[in-house]
Amino acid sequence: MKQKKSLAENGMLISILASVISIVVGLLFGFILLMILNPAKAGIGMSAMLTTGFSSMDQFGKVLYQSAPLMLCGLSVGFASKTGMFNIGASGQYTIGAFCALVGAIALQLPWYCCLVLALVGGGVWGIFPGLFKAVFNVNEVITSIMFNWIGMFMVNLLYANMPIMLASAWGASNSDRSAALSAANRGAIIPKAGLDKLFGNSSWINISVFIAILVAVIVWFILEKTTFGYELKACGLNKEASRYAGINANRNIVVSMIIAGGLSGLGGGLYYLAGTIQYVLEKRILSMGFNGIPVSLLANSNPIGTIFSSLFISYIQVGGSAMQPNFSSESTDIIIAVIIYLAAFALLTRGLIVRLLTGRNRKEGKA
Amino acid sequence: MAEDYVIEMLHITKEFPGIKANDDITLQLKRGEIHALLGENGAGKSTLMSVLFGLYQPEEGVIKKDGKEVRINDPNDANRLGIGMVHQHFKLVECFSVLDNIILGVEDTRNGFLQYASARKKVMELSERYGLRVDPDALISDISVGMQQRVEILKMLYRDNEVLIFDEPTAVLTPQEIDELMEIMRGFKKEGKSILFITHKLAEIMAVADRCSVLRKGKYIGTVDIKGTTAQQLSKMMVGRDVQLTASKKKSVPGETVLSVRDLVVPSRTHSNNAVKGVSFDVRRGEIVCLAGIEGNGQTELIYGITGLEKISSGSVTLCGKDITHSSIRERSSSGMSHIPEDRHKHGLVLDYSLEKNLVLQKFRDPRFQSHGIIKADAVRTYAEGLIERFDIRSGQGPITISRSMSGGNQQKAIIAREIDKDPELLVAVQPTRGLDVGAIEYIHSQLIEERDAGKGVLLVSLELDEVMNLSDRILVMYEGNIVGEFDPAATTVEELGLYMAGARTQERKEA
Repeated sequence: MKQKKSLAENGMLISILASVISIVVGLLFGFILLMILNPAKAGIGMSAMLTTGFSSMDQFGKVLYQSAPLMLCGLSVGFASKTGMFNIGASGQYTIGAFCALVGAIALQLPWYCCLVLALVGGGVWGIFPGLFKAVFNVNEVITSIMFNWIGMFMVNLLYANMPIMLASAWGASNSDRSAALSAANRGAIIPKAGLDKLFGNSSWINISVFIAILVAVIVWFILEKTTFGYELKACGLNKEASRYAGINANRNIVVSMIIAGGLSGLGGGLYYLAGTIQYVLEKRILSMGFNGIPVSLLANSNPIGTIFSSLFISYIQVGGSAMQPNFSSESTDIIIAVIIYLAAFALLTRGLIVRLLTGRNRKEGKA
Repeated sequence: MAEDYVIEMLHITKEFPGIKANDDITLQLKRGEIHALLGENGAGKSTLMSVLFGLYQPEEGVIKKDGKEVRINDPNDANRLGIGMVHQHFKLVECFSVLDNIILGVEDTRNGFLQYASARKKVMELSERYGLRVDPDALISDISVGMQQRVEILKMLYRDNEVLIFDEPTAVLTPQEIDELMEIMRGFKKEGKSILFITHKLAEIMAVADRCSVLRKGKYIGTVDIKGTTAQQLSKMMVGRDVQLTASKKKSVPGETVLSVRDLVVPSRTHSNNAVKGVSFDVRRGEIVCLAGIEGNGQTELIYGITGLEKISSGSVTLCGKDITHSSIRERSSSGMSHIPEDRHKHGLVLDYSLEKNLVLQKFRDPRFQSHGIIKADAVRTYAEGLIERFDIRSGQGPITISRSMSGGNQQKAIIAREIDKDPELLVAVQPTRGLDVGAIEYIHSQLIEERDAGKGVLLVSLELDEVMNLSDRILVMYEGNIVGEFDPAATTVEELGLYMAGARTQERKEA
């Protein structure tokens, strides 16, 4: 009984347990969906989803590569929520960040690290608007950030159309519907692989971006937990009135936290597009990466360190999902991925259930 | 059994991690009596009532209703047994009407449609029978706190409850409303209902209760007949030692002016008129100036204007000769102003922060607690432990206790510790003893007097006339946004103050 009591009080352990249980339940639901969609191939599909990420070093490299932008979008959403804001605008910030990085790489011919700084700044600038509207006019940040997702996407498309040098057609390729391949435009802007590609069986995906993202996660954790700045931000998020009473400038903190959140998303965009494997395609739809940051952050309970693991998990599922393609249409794999992710994001609910279960059992044993 | 007990709680024990909230407590409620439950904050009153109401399950002990053992698993069980409760913080739906709130959960329906007519009839009957005036169609958000409480009481009556629990019912009421409530409770007694009355206001127990059970630190101390006891004895049982019911203090020796307020006008948040309409006064070193008045006469807004929580329309505020009319809250704080806010949950504490983090809420930028923006966790811990020791702040886990889990009295102690330790020139204390027990009140009063004797200026806002008369060196009465009178507590009476507070009289005041 003593052990169980300590378990009931061990918040960290319960959080992890809750996340794991939620993930398992999500996978079960995903499997049921597969059974409905294509019973004959459900087993193969599920095993593809669960094993592809580890099936080869190349695929594992892809998991790591995709987890980096996810991690940063998750950190962005989590950081804003610590200040009491819901940053649903990560997608717009991500798009702007990606654009700034590519402008640095293609038009300005800058090295990769300068491009990443540009991405950070661009995303940060895009975060200012919802922050300012909230602080000055008390406009709900959800509304403004959704609007700025669309504004950002169309603005970027417009800018591409008016900057011919940015397009692949200016660099020897035939298509003008996407940004130039970095291998043709500026090899120095590709994020270095630092020998990791050798380690990962010549994977074309892997580079140091996941390590940059983990470093950023640790920095964010440090800011939130160890600095006066983080102390202020969290105080504002938990009780704005009490922060005001204590002489903390709550409005300034709202703007600053949105700038930082925006910068994180923007950096994510930079990391994704500076790998040299992906080109930005001009389409009239909002990139889903920013939105995927929301479940990443929820799954991690907004904890920056937890975000590292939740983004790896979601990236793993996504890579697995794309391997199911021959047997399942890309739409149905998207649905299954969504089901798994969203059930997994019920971690908070599961956590409450576990605590109630544990304390309930303690009570009964205590009586006996 | 000779006695007719309607509710018996026998040998109840309830444990929480690290604390025995109830330790072998027995409480027997006779049919048709008003039974007071007295104890300091954290004595276990609320826990015991939550056990009776089915919110907690006790580890040991039994509950009997009419002599038969019962199990109460949730509030619905309690309801079926005829037990109703008015919680300290009302459980009402703000955007619903009074009638909607009363029938909520026990709605009468026919074919899925609400039967309002019969419900309205029953509510109006009850309202008339017990003198509980309410407007059934008013929205909860539009009516006064006293009216909301009547709605809570009607909820119990509507459910035909015969055991009525009142948890600190007078904490939020004006003196007139308290008198009314007492009358209503006596009416219930006549009708044969049994009342459990949780409070720590001794005067109310002496006025209305038949018997009183006392708890202290989770233990049962005893049950006494009110007829054969005194307030002094009760407070001794509650605190475990003799208590000074009236604060003793030396004559004040006012020094130079600390705070000077001139023609202050503060707008109202709720209506278009100004809440404070050109108020002027001074607070000097070594005196306690008390702003008295009925709630909602501009005291709150005046304090907001002085402390910077609300922008003022015109006028000036000077602290120690420095004009702070347009200073930020942080500047006011560093110029020597401490503020014990009216609402400790809204302004005083970040409830989800640990106690130690709350204790440095304004000071975390101090070089003692940070270098280059990085918090010195050890320094914060040591500092918090010092304050906890000095001000006797009790909590489950010391500095790392989440403030939300602390009792109201200890939350207030934490705020007072923080504000006094700033070593201010001016201490603004707004209803610092609201909702606290005798022991805590005594302590807070002595702290305020100590600050005064150390040569600080103290500006106190209080709704309780006993506190006003007891503590202040000078009384200013506010009515409808103006100061309508200035008094020396030694040369006035509660009755005289009451006339000014109600607006029946006004003094011509010369500017100080």
